[in-house]
Amino acid sequence: MKPAPFNYIVPTSIDEALALLEEHAPDARLLAGGQSLVPMMNFRLSRPSHLIDLNGVPELAFIHDNQDHLSIGAMTRERTIEESSLVRRYIPLLHEATQHIAHLPIRSRGTIGGSVSNADPAAEYPAALLTLKGEIVVRSKQGQRQIKASEFFKGIMETALEPNELLVEIILPKVQPSTGSAFIEIARRHGDYALAGIAAQMTLSGKTVTDLRLTACGVGPCPIRLNDAEKQIFDDGLTEDSIQSAARAAALEVDPETDLHATANYRRRLTAVLTQQALLKAKERASENS
Amino acid sequence: MDEKSISLTVNGTEQNAKAEPRMSLADFLRERLGLTGTHIGCEHGVCGACTVICDGIAVRSCLMFAVQAEKKEIKTIEGLADGDTMHPLQTLFSEQRALQCGFCTPGMLMTAVDLVDNNPSITPPEIKAGMSAVLCRCTGYEGILKAVETYAKQIRGG
Repeated sequence: MKPAPFNYIVPTSIDEALALLEEHAPDARLLAGGQSLVPMMNFRLSRPSHLIDLNGVPELAFIHDNQDHLSIGAMTRERTIEESSLVRRYIPLLHEATQHIAHLPIRSRGTIGGSVSNADPAAEYPAALLTLKGEIVVRSKQGQRQIKASEFFKGIMETALEPNELLVEIILPKVQPSTGSAFIEIARRHGDYALAGIAAQMTLSGKTVTDLRLTACGVGPCPIRLNDAEKQIFDDGLTEDSIQSAARAAALEVDPETDLHATANYRRRLTAVLTQQALLKAKERASENS
Repeated sequence: MDEKSISLTVNGTEQNAKAEPRMSLADFLRERLGLTGTHIGCEHGVCGACTVICDGIAVRSCLMFAVQAEKKEIKTIEGLADGDTMHPLQTLFSEQRALQCGFCTPGMLMTAVDLVDNNPSITPPEIKAGMSAVLCRCTGYEGILKAVETYAKQIRGG
């Protein structure tokens, strides 16, 4: 047995989970899909005194269609999201991002709430949420608050969540008409963590870009909105030159590190190339949807 | 730490056994139930050797605690054949020389069962992506992919 011993508790409701969290934080950990936490426990990098298993809380697993947005429960499996016709239709970027997450047996267990609260720098969902203007609903015994994705991710595996708070739900606006998106990443092998990834969503009015959001993952401590790259397109329109300028700008505004998989410089190059590809793909899809 | 009682179904048989909460499902299957066909490689979700079917879908049994399998239906490599009759995928793995040392094979087979049985219209590129969930360090995958593609054709009745 690899992990250190822990007390295992299975609440059956959100209220029960919150009471347990309040009682045992900060030494307790919440167990969602376990695809990141359990490896960390097996390496004993994480040694919680109490493991609160959310897999017994059915009210955390849902995908609801609410007029202009989808609400996705924290314990919704990545595989469920991948197979959801609602997600595919209303938030295609999330569908595409999901396909990049590890492998099917991992997505069978991994959850959106787990991925977002784990906030791995290379994870797909944080970048997708930032691009999609997602909001994150968190709850503690004291009450509930709703946090914008842009204010949620603070650093490497660091979020706005307090130790006694549980991520309960993700709110994502449905895609507007004439909008196209793309999620492109490069990994050494299919299913590996991305060396760099770009999420893009673009809305066109004729040939004018009326909305554009670009986010990079795997090239900084947390997902990075590519504001300078977006500005190039807003200022100069969608031309071959402006797309090149945006790609160059993107490479400068990320903050990659060198590790055994790739150098920081290579990751900057990838950011530029992927930004260009994502812009072209999003544009093509936006035109198809016009 | 106290052991907990766990009741689950493994390969169609109800089982009751005890385990500490920190015991992985993989260790539980091997050490408590004696089902050593499930192999343990990396123990952090990367290699896929320990893949089993849980309630109809493939999961890494090194990343599930045995206590989480309470009331679940687990299928391991031991439950794939029908008595002395090999599962069609096992026959195809043999025919296509889709194994060499055999260490990854249980994980390969359980992964392939999920991929094809739950999505019979799966395409060769999807099979390639799907089978990359399990690491093989000796055969080079060609035989494995041929075997799984042939199985998918059989399932579709082609």
